[in-house]
Amino acid sequence: MTAPDVDAAPGGLHDNAANAGPSPLGSGFMVICQVVLGAVLLLLWQGASGRLIDSFFISNPVEVGTRLFGWIADGSLFVHVWATVYATVMGFVIGSIIGVMLGIWLGVSPFTSRLLNPYMSALNALPKVALAPLFVLWFGLGIESKIALAAVLVLFLVFLNTYAGVREVDQDLIDGARLMRATRAQVITKVIIPSAMSWMFAGLKISVPYALIGAVLGEMIAANRGLGYLVQFSGSQFDSAGVFAVLIVIALLAVALNFLVEIVQHRMQQWRVVGR
Amino acid sequence: MIDLRHVSKTFRKQDEIVDAVRDISLTIAQKEIVAIIGPSGCGKSTLLNMIAGLYAPSSGSIVYKGARVSNINTDVGYMTQKDNLLPWRTVRDNVAFPLELSGVAKGERAVRADQVITHVGLDGFGHRYPQELSGGMRKRACLARMLLYGAETALLDEPFAALDAQLKLAMHDLLLKLAAETGQTVVFVTHDLMEAVTLADRVLVCTRRPATVALEQRIALKRPRDVLNVRFTNEFKELYDALWERLRVEYHEERI
Repeated sequence: MTAPDVDAAPGGLHDNAANAGPSPLGSGFMVICQVVLGAVLLLLWQGASGRLIDSFFISNPVEVGTRLFGWIADGSLFVHVWATVYATVMGFVIGSIIGVMLGIWLGVSPFTSRLLNPYMSALNALPKVALAPLFVLWFGLGIESKIALAAVLVLFLVFLNTYAGVREVDQDLIDGARLMRATRAQVITKVIIPSAMSWMFAGLKISVPYALIGAVLGEMIAANRGLGYLVQFSGSQFDSAGVFAVLIVIALLAVALNFLVEIVQHRMQQWRVVGR
Repeated sequence: MIDLRHVSKTFRKQDEIVDAVRDISLTIAQKEIVAIIGPSGCGKSTLLNMIAGLYAPSSGSIVYKGARVSNINTDVGYMTQKDNLLPWRTVRDNVAFPLELSGVAKGERAVRADQVITHVGLDGFGHRYPQELSGGMRKRACLARMLLYGAETALLDEPFAALDAQLKLAMHDLLLKLAAETGQTVVFVTHDLMEAVTLADRVLVCTRRPATVALEQRIALKRPRDVLNVRFTNEFKELYDALWERLRVEYHEERI
């Protein structure tokens, strides 16, 4: 008896007992274990700090917590979080729009895609972070240069996925539509885009964390707000508690973004029909 | 109406050169129903692809209604061997696809699609997705879509191969009725000699690859034909036996 059969079996009581692995009780127990582990690690950190390792380097949980609450209390944290979230979201949106359009355009134009192939490869191979000084030059020290960096990171990932998806489209489906007098625009909107949709979503999904990376990196290079700026600033003040506090916030932000992506993906799967 | 003049097609796969079709000349009249029969992989599908304008012939030319076919031929409805339904659309939306492309309003589309879906015996499956259907049902959805497109020429590549016997007869009946009603020219590929004789005005037998026309047989059975009972008539039996005898010789010769 395997787990999926349980609800079909009439005498499910002892079956349940037999495979109690993923039961609610089990996962509740796991959560407790995870919380305990976290608490132990925090205690070890607190204990080691100042005794085994100089607290100058690793600070300690109490100080980090104090710093965090201090920033929350005076509201400064939210200014920085908002700046980073804004740059991430804007970068993601702009990068994915350009990436999808570029991917579709090159996907349906064999001549142009072959023409641009070496240049696209070179640009893709370039570590995009190295473009940051250029963006500061072009877009200034404000949020625009962070958006640009996030957008460029997102753009290439989304572009490559969309392009691959468009090239994967079954030629027979395209021929079939053309035989039924579909115009080029109709072939693109009614056959190519729906068919490449799952590839595009995959590209969008993997690029979300990169938008955050782009925004934070941009802020670390030159900014006066944002979490990247704050971690950079704390570091330059030799304020290890501050650095750890920002890292925690960035990690929470990343987890929240991933969670958001999961929710969106779940919603999508309800109407999206996966190809054959 | 369709004129094939010394048509040949060779494919190049890396270093290997494959002759799919060699020097076929053939004229198909308007409203004629032509069956092409022959061994698997003999280039019959290639022939249909060329009439549809999906492949250009390597030599020779195909003339459709006086104009040389050099691009996609949108006057034909083509039902390919592989069902090419769009997997993200329901059966109804797939069948209505040609109407959607030509800008027919949504309400009318649905009504006309449901009508033809009922014709092919798929009523109740309009809201299903192609991958939820069996192979035979998908074929019928393709047939429905082609019927709704209403092209003046229908190209069918083994249209009824995946169907059970009763359904096959029903589809034969439907095809003949609609072809008579709309005056469609029909070219279909089949393995089934019975089917070929039942439906066609003319049966062409292809040789093994590269395909050439080995023999041609007029089927002068009167129309409208009763697809169920025509096979029990003496004329049918004579034609069938004669074709079968010649087929047997043809295949026998090739095996040597």
